[in-house]
Amino acid sequence: MTPRFCPMVVTANDLRLGDVVYLTADDHWTRHHHQAELIEDEAHAQMRLLHAIAQKSVIVGAYLADARQGPRGPESVHFREAFRTRGPSNYAHGKQADHV
Amino acid sequence: MYSYSDFDEAFVRARVAQFLQQVARRLDGSLTEDEFRPLRLMNGLYLQLHAYMLRVAIPYGTVSPRQMRQLAMIADTYDKGYGHFTTRQNIQFNWPKLPDVPAILQALADVEMHAIQTSGNCVRNVTADHFAGAAADEIEDPRAYAELLRQWSTDHPEFQFLPRKFKIAISGAPNDRAVTRAHDIGLRMVRNAAGAPGFEVLVGGGLGRTPMIGQVVRTFLPVADLLPYVEAVLSVYNSFGRRDNKYKARIKITLHETGKEELSRLIEERFTELRPLFGGHDQRLLADIRAAFAPPAFRSAPTDSFDAIYSADPVFRAWADTNLAPHRHPDYAIVTISLKAHGQTPGDATSDQMRLIADLAERHGHSDLRISHEQNIILPHVHKSDLSALHAALMQAGLATANVGLISDIIACPGMDYCALATARSIPIATQIAQRFKALDIEHDIGPLKLKISGCINACGHHHVGHIGILGLDRAGVENYQITLGGDGTQTAVIGEKTGPGFAYSEIVPAIERLILAYLNLRLSPEETFLTTFRRLGMLPFKDALYIEKDAHHAA
Repeated sequence: MTPRFCPMVVTANDLRLGDVVYLTADDHWTRHHHQAELIEDEAHAQMRLLHAIAQKSVIVGAYLADARQGPRGPESVHFREAFRTRGPSNYAHGKQADHV
Repeated sequence: MYSYSDFDEAFVRARVAQFLQQVARRLDGSLTEDEFRPLRLMNGLYLQLHAYMLRVAIPYGTVSPRQMRQLAMIADTYDKGYGHFTTRQNIQFNWPKLPDVPAILQALADVEMHAIQTSGNCVRNVTADHFAGAAADEIEDPRAYAELLRQWSTDHPEFQFLPRKFKIAISGAPNDRAVTRAHDIGLRMVRNAAGAPGFEVLVGGGLGRTPMIGQVVRTFLPVADLLPYVEAVLSVYNSFGRRDNKYKARIKITLHETGKEELSRLIEERFTELRPLFGGHDQRLLADIRAAFAPPAFRSAPTDSFDAIYSADPVFRAWADTNLAPHRHPDYAIVTISLKAHGQTPGDATSDQMRLIADLAERHGHSDLRISHEQNIILPHVHKSDLSALHAALMQAGLATANVGLISDIIACPGMDYCALATARSIPIATQIAQRFKALDIEHDIGPLKLKISGCINACGHHHVGHIGILGLDRAGVENYQITLGGDGTQTAVIGEKTGPGFAYSEIVPAIERLILAYLNLRLSPEETFLTTFRRLGMLPFKDALYIEKDAHHAA
């Protein structure tokens, strides 16, 4: 039995700022996880990753991260990815600064 | 302190100019990330979880007030108004933007600083005893040797592509405050039977996934033989180090697989070849460098004002008892400024704090500052009559925390709050432990205790050599914290033992509390430290406190 495919998003860091970004369904990079394209098919995931990696002047370090559908859009599954959506826990820096 | 020669200046400036062009080529798409990564790493620029991170070397932990002010300027102009001092005597800026990094390197070069060899498989920033040149127990200031090693290793053509990174630590005193036994090469100054100074040379120490204490390959190396001998060690390692497996590539594995006898033989053989080639140039250079580390002109003044305030003011007394260390000059003290205020991130200093500390160093400390591997800042030379004014100024800036060497003086790596390699967070564990023991108000009663936290097995937080070590791991997608006990980072170095299963994020602070309360019950007297008690009793009573009491609590 093959393991069930876990939905994913394509994520990377912005080349200039280093900020965490996600690939949207309409080929933009967003700073917000819930705006990412939730990919539910493995072959499509690989295609989207290749598409991301090719954008070498915009982003760096693209990879696929597990995700799931939430009320506002895709949500992170692993705690590392959850931290990436916010910023560090010791200061209100990074993305969470927008909400302070 | 050492000032750059024309050669140093030209070298660092040339590097900045090169990196400016490399960044431009990366931004215009001429360089791919695969091509650019080794170039940025050579200049200390990492890509972390949320942003880039620039790691700047503070060679042998010595920094001048002028340099400290420039670090504050960089923090304000290009970062978020603070810097993080690390266990490798570096400062890290957590939020630089790639297009700004060449300007930051330029600003560093303006004050004789750089980020060269703070990453990559080369000889990294040479670290030293943070009390160098001041400690009462010191044989000789180790920084002249550290500077010699820095000059020799910088851009050394033979050693830019070693099997893996290579860390050298040096101590000028028999009491090891530089964790020399956990470095690829550890150099600890000793005297021979004739009274001449030399080095005990240890090879193959290191923490990380395979923690090992270094082994002595030379009990006494005359100081004049330092460079050819270190070069011989590197040369042997460069030839025999395992390039096939990243996890077996450090010299500790080479030592383990080759055996100490054979490795020592190879080193001595190479040393015999290399020694005549140095021809005395290194010794002439060393003589010049030594002059740069001449002690300051110590002041002669009465110290009775110190004695008076020490007996009259309990707040000052508490601070003096923990944060002062004996100076070689009887009228002076070594001051450790704690960057571990309860609840604050260990090792972080704001730009305002950096500027204040620079001012205080000029006013009271012969313009000398050090960064310790324990992530604190040292004023190595303060006349005792100045301590009262210094303490008052530190209090106003929130920098007078009286906790050096106590349970809240925690080493913590950046962990998963910043680091791309981390498997769990370190900082919030450190801040919660510090706050908990402040609330219990027992840390002075507990006494000397080294608690060290790493957020992954790479062990930047030195957890293996903490009396209590905490290692953060990812266990099935959840943060989990493993405890080790009995570690020691001094001249009697030991790797701590694992207690057993790890604890969840919400369980780790109560677990440490149970451990400490058990110690307070078990110790023979308040003078028996945690480490001594552990050595006397072994693991069992502490395991009981950690696991049986936990189960009892759950069953209740």
